[in-house]
Amino acid sequence: MPTFDLSNTPLRELNSALHGLAAGANDTEFEVINPRGSHAVAVGIDSPVKVAVHGSVGYYCAGMNDGGTVTVHGSAGPGVAENMMSGAVFIDGDASQYAGATGRGGLLVIKGNAASRCGISMKGIDIVVHGSIGHMSAFMGQSGHLVVLGDAGDALGDSIYEAKLFVRGAVKSLGSDCIEKEMRPEHLEKLAELLAKAGVTDVKPEEFKRYGSARKLYNFNIDNADAY
Amino acid sequence: MSYHNPLTPPRKSATFDDATLAEIRRAAATGIYDIRGAGTKRKVPHFDDLLFLGASISRYPLEGYREKCDTTVTLGTRFAKKPITLKTPITIAGMSFGALSGNAKEALGRGATLAGTSTTTGDGGMTDEERGHSQTLVYQYLPSRYGMNPVDLRRADAIEVVVGQGAKPGGGGMLLGQKISDRVANMRNLPKGIDQRSACRHPDWTGPDDLEIKILELREITDWEKPIYVKVGGARPYYDTALAVKAGADVVVLDGMQGGTAATQDVFIENVGMPTLACIRPAVQALQDLGMHRKVQLIISGGVRSGADVAKAMALGADAVAIGTAALVAIGDNDPKWEDEYRKLGTTAGAYDDWHEGKDPAGITTQDPELAARLDPVLAGRRLANYLKVMTLEAQTIARACGKNHLHNLEPEDLCALTMEAAAMAQVPLAGTSWYPGKSGF
Repeated sequence: MPTFDLSNTPLRELNSALHGLAAGANDTEFEVINPRGSHAVAVGIDSPVKVAVHGSVGYYCAGMNDGGTVTVHGSAGPGVAENMMSGAVFIDGDASQYAGATGRGGLLVIKGNAASRCGISMKGIDIVVHGSIGHMSAFMGQSGHLVVLGDAGDALGDSIYEAKLFVRGAVKSLGSDCIEKEMRPEHLEKLAELLAKAGVTDVKPEEFKRYGSARKLYNFNIDNADAY
Repeated sequence: MSYHNPLTPPRKSATFDDATLAEIRRAAATGIYDIRGAGTKRKVPHFDDLLFLGASISRYPLEGYREKCDTTVTLGTRFAKKPITLKTPITIAGMSFGALSGNAKEALGRGATLAGTSTTTGDGGMTDEERGHSQTLVYQYLPSRYGMNPVDLRRADAIEVVVGQGAKPGGGGMLLGQKISDRVANMRNLPKGIDQRSACRHPDWTGPDDLEIKILELREITDWEKPIYVKVGGARPYYDTALAVKAGADVVVLDGMQGGTAATQDVFIENVGMPTLACIRPAVQALQDLGMHRKVQLIISGGVRSGADVAKAMALGADAVAIGTAALVAIGDNDPKWEDEYRKLGTTAGAYDDWHEGKDPAGITTQDPELAARLDPVLAGRRLANYLKVMTLEAQTIARACGKNHLHNLEPEDLCALTMEAAAMAQVPLAGTSWYPGKSGF
């Protein structure tokens, strides 16, 4: 397994090694040590490689991941797994702002807490946070699922489109056009699937509440101007 | 003998003129602000207020059609492994599939390719048509990230991180539901028929320090191959240019308030941002102060219409220009041949700006298949190429008259200003004097 020690290896070598692997390449598992908060670690992965990062990373770890599995044995800075297309990203610790921003697919699991704007503008990604999330999470969320085992901060799901939000704990406040919605059997089924994928075993889907769009702001109406 | 008091003739207010009164009535009747396309319609100091001096005893000219006057420009020489070289410095600005029909995007690609220049995607992602028909395609990285994906990022020739645009610095966009066809909806991951808000801020970075890291990420994803542009609206050009350079941009794109938009509030278009003319010198100054002029290229846009405008922008220090509205006109926007239909829409050729409504008689700013079919992308592409070639020839004509063997050799000393305002903004002398406002006479 190739190991990249970022204390003495340029970031370029790591990301370059992860791109454009030939079909049938022998080395598909990589290890990164001493990341020391480096930015843009393991970005632009375009094949089903596995990357284990031992330590904490800076901004945009696993950005635009398309098919890889990246595990960070530490915490992640802002924008982890931003614009993920497919694959999976696991964070053992906490994640900073904008986790999973604009993600289109794949699974992001944060075992600690996530800061503000988790899942901002999400477009199909599934995000499971074992802890709590900060304010303005899922802002303008278009599609995908955000599952939170803990609490959510202010203005959850502000200006949300069709993303589905599941929160087990307290929601400090809901944003514009975000409402609590009925939990139907298909939602419980999806939730069970996501919890299983995220390695959550001791929590039942029935413990969550579902939030989503009231769809009142979908077409501009002057009488809604005070909603903002 | 009878005496008649003379009548006081009716007098309209300059403050409450007809257009103002009509807008008050329209607002009162509809309860919604006016949304429209295009850039500012107010008269602002512009390239028209500058003149070239031409050659004289102290400067000798070059022979037209005989002596070479180079027009090539290379963009992305600072960091990109694969800079792009264009035959003409007139590029096509970003306009989205969604705002424009697929045929219109194809026409822009064909025209730009024939003329040896680049075209640019917009807020909505990259279509196969425009990639296929554009030899050099710049892929915009926008706050909404509609259609953003690493495959298209890698098949682009350059990446343009859009911070703002001249029509609406500080504003996002809105593609109204009537233009959201199945294909547009699918590319943007949203339901059909609902208004699509394009965010005004990037979702995962704020400020120049974050931007530097974002650019690093984009370079790492694309293996440092692509030139990375940063596009800003004309707001604080000195600082925005300096900060874009600091953040690692290869190219700065600066768009003045005459630059168009697909749809924004009229109040925004007319009241926010600075004229293009006022933006160029501060941006060039920032590059010079950092020792980066000609190392980080500057692309100017917003109201560029002719080869004279191109030459003036370059004389003030730009490396290239971009056109949007003018390119749409070249392929058929607002053509008088559709006058009967413009009348039915309550407008007239030359004034049609309801691009957001999707009813464009010329088939350009629409997703209606019947209207879109009116635009022949091959013919329209040819028209755009013709227009680009004319502009390039015009700019060369002026450059030769000033004795320059490359458009980049034009300089502020080749210019004078017709008005005090233009003299102040362009920092070139008022015609017949050696002075401009702000320049000490002592």
